Amino acid sequence: MDYLLSVATIAGIYIIMALSFYLPFITGQISLAQAGFMAIGAYGSAVCTAKWGIPYVPAVLFGGVIAGVLGFVLGVPALRIKGIYLLLLTLGFGEIIRVVFINFNYVGAAEGFPGIPYQKYTGLYAYAVIFILIIFFSRLRNSRMGRAFQAIGNDETAAEVLGVNITSAKLMAFSVGAFIAGIGGGIFAHYQEYIEPLMFGVMHAVEFIVFVIFGGIQIFWGPIFGAFVLTLLPEFFRAIQEWRMEIYGVLLIVMMIIRPQGVIGLDTIQAIEKLFQKAR
Amino acid sequence: MLLQQLINGLMLGSTYSLVAIGYTLIFGVLRLLHFAHGEVLMAGSFMGLYIILWTGLPLYITLPLAMIATGALGLIVEFLAIRPLRKDFHLAPLLSTIGVTIILQNLAVKIFGGYGTKFPEAIKTADFRIGPFLISSAKILIVVISLFLMVVLFFIIAKTKVGRAMRAVSESHVTAGFLGVNVDRVVLVTFGIASALAGAAGVMVGISFHAVTPFIGLTFALKGLVVMLLGGLGNVVGAMIGGLILGLAEVASIVILPTEINLQDIFSFGIMILILIFKPTGLFGSRVTEG
Amino acid sequence: MILEIRDLVKYYDGFCALHEIQMKVQEGKVHAIIGPNGAGKTTLFNLISGMHDITRGEIWFKGKRLNDLKPHLRTELGIGRTFQIVRLFSSLTVLENVMVGRHCRTNAGLFKTFFKFSMKELDEEKDSREQALKWLDFVGLAHKMDQMASNIPHAEQRLVEIARALSLEPDLLLLDEPAAGMNPKETMVLDALIAKISRMGKTILLIEHNMDLVMGISEIISVLNFGEKIAEGRPSEIQDNPAVIEAYLGKKRGN
Repeated sequence: MDYLLSVATIAGIYIIMALSFYLPFITGQISLAQAGFMAIGAYGSAVCTAKWGIPYVPAVLFGGVIAGVLGFVLGVPALRIKGIYLLLLTLGFGEIIRVVFINFNYVGAAEGFPGIPYQKYTGLYAYAVIFILIIFFSRLRNSRMGRAFQAIGNDETAAEVLGVNITSAKLMAFSVGAFIAGIGGGIFAHYQEYIEPLMFGVMHAVEFIVFVIFGGIQIFWGPIFGAFVLTLLPEFFRAIQEWRMEIYGVLLIVMMIIRPQGVIGLDTIQAIEKLFQKAR
Repeated sequence: MLLQQLINGLMLGSTYSLVAIGYTLIFGVLRLLHFAHGEVLMAGSFMGLYIILWTGLPLYITLPLAMIATGALGLIVEFLAIRPLRKDFHLAPLLSTIGVTIILQNLAVKIFGGYGTKFPEAIKTADFRIGPFLISSAKILIVVISLFLMVVLFFIIAKTKVGRAMRAVSESHVTAGFLGVNVDRVVLVTFGIASALAGAAGVMVGISFHAVTPFIGLTFALKGLVVMLLGGLGNVVGAMIGGLILGLAEVASIVILPTEINLQDIFSFGIMILILIFKPTGLFGSRVTEG
Repeated sequence: MILEIRDLVKYYDGFCALHEIQMKVQEGKVHAIIGPNGAGKTTLFNLISGMHDITRGEIWFKGKRLNDLKPHLRTELGIGRTFQIVRLFSSLTVLENVMVGRHCRTNAGLFKTFFKFSMKELDEEKDSREQALKWLDFVGLAHKMDQMASNIPHAEQRLVEIARALSLEPDLLLLDEPAAGMNPKETMVLDALIAKISRMGKTILLIEHNMDLVMGISEIISVLNFGEKIAEGRPSEIQDNPAVIEAYLGKKRGN
């Protein structure tokens, strides 16, 4: 039972991370920096609780806000850059963050930051955040900014010519995405009780991409599904655990070949809705 | 001292050039930025390493063998991960190559371990004395081999039927198809050539750094992409020159600013940002227009 | 005079796409721009809407100088456009596409979206939907509102693009080859639509190759060739203009 709970909690944290990648992704910004923002949130909140005695919730929020601010900072040069070059820029940022923390003695440098106060019922907090995010994304879907984000992701130039301020929209998506990643980091830190820079490397950032791409890119349920399933399955099949990363790689390729929109698509949602209608 | 650093810069730069040429060739025919190209270089390093370890063959046999092996790897990657993709999702190739990167890097860690492996002495390094300077023959050899490969490549592209086909496909798949070019095969061949070049670069990286780890893929991926951007997308000559420029610049930065932190990598990021902001078509102009 | 183009020059690298174009567009008129392929017509639209930078010269709209204004701000001033190749947003429905046009006339940001505490929809959102539906109905496609934009026939996609441009309430509408790929019946529908839009008082700048449509609906025609304006006038004047005929057909072989 305890084991199931811990797995569910980790899955919850990864759902938050997947959603943090998804938001800028809607606007066409592929970010490998989310692991870096997670680190900022993790360290930021850990310093608050472990060193300054600030309670959990404000500390996690603080971590998120700092991540969001840095997201804004990174988001500005990111505006001009597309596709793989944005990938590289965000990758570089993530690496810089990691290097900074490796050399940052106040938070333990390469040896890591132990002694973070464990937060009981972390899982509850994680899923509370997910609940809030679900509300956020579903409201976003049928809103002015939501349509603007999708439009920018489809055809940025056309969106701009139709009156969308793409600069502010992209920045918004990027910084809020970083904020969400920071929150995820904060929750993560107070569950692990110990963090070190290696936990926030590039390969983890890539994992979040895999969750989203596999889960589905057309609607926010996709990343939730992807993160949940891909975190849970390795736990239950030890064989998968060892080859987890390779399987992720294969999944990415296979999805691109057979179903690029991911497992959960608009058609999936429509089919589910039809099922509910029939059940009435 | 200056001459030594110059040789260092040229040596580093020529490996960058070889990688960047591969990127630019693939971008030319597929408008794809092949994220996994750096991992192909890494594979080349290890293949060269193990060929020498197991057979003790000299470099002039090992290098072509490694190139063939890496070229074959490139063909497999194209066939399995690029060719079957749907054409309608423009992010599909990029994401697929990220998948390839994950697979190759993690496989390498499983097979070769996460720590560096020492690259055996593959060439007798005789050190030359020119005046008061000590120059390693290994380094000069690398520069010479790289330049040779680049010249051969240039010849292939400019003068042979295959090269013409590659240039046609770079212009337009549709038009090339109408002209009777087997576009799929040209893409395959391009991948093979690009990967073989990366393999050569990989072997030379092994020789010059004396060690190989599974993680050099990402580093060279970044450097190669920056060089490609520097030289202009699709511009092979630009990639050649751009690589040398970056190599020399990095060596210069090590000499001028001594720090423990790896400023070189951040250096390339900095250059990338500058180019993207001020001269997105590269120093020498891109030969293709982006989608 | 709602739009004035003064000494407009555009170079793409070494290539001169537009060479000292002068043009005055009168308010409320249907003003066509014709010319052989590559004459610079779409380039002109791109410069007006802000997609590309001006090399030299000026564009004035409603008394404001557009040169350094970002595209979305020009749109806010009242310029709407459609594209030579349809550019609808593929992950949005037909109605949602048209609603994007309402973006610059509304202002609900992320905050408002998230923090509304009632279950009731934002009034602005409801209003946007009604407006968008009204314009969709105007082009006769209200019944397709929930279809994915990429799933409807090509001619209908062009009409949706027009509805999308109209929903931002432009004073100047740039239509780039709206009849391309349409059959005669669809073109007739388009013709009537353009007339209807013009009767509303909007100014229309129209790039078209379909001469029947152009001659029938335009009040003024400007002719471009190789980046220069070679003629301008009423349809009857343009039809007999030798320079225009030569541009399209090459030199007369004697008649």
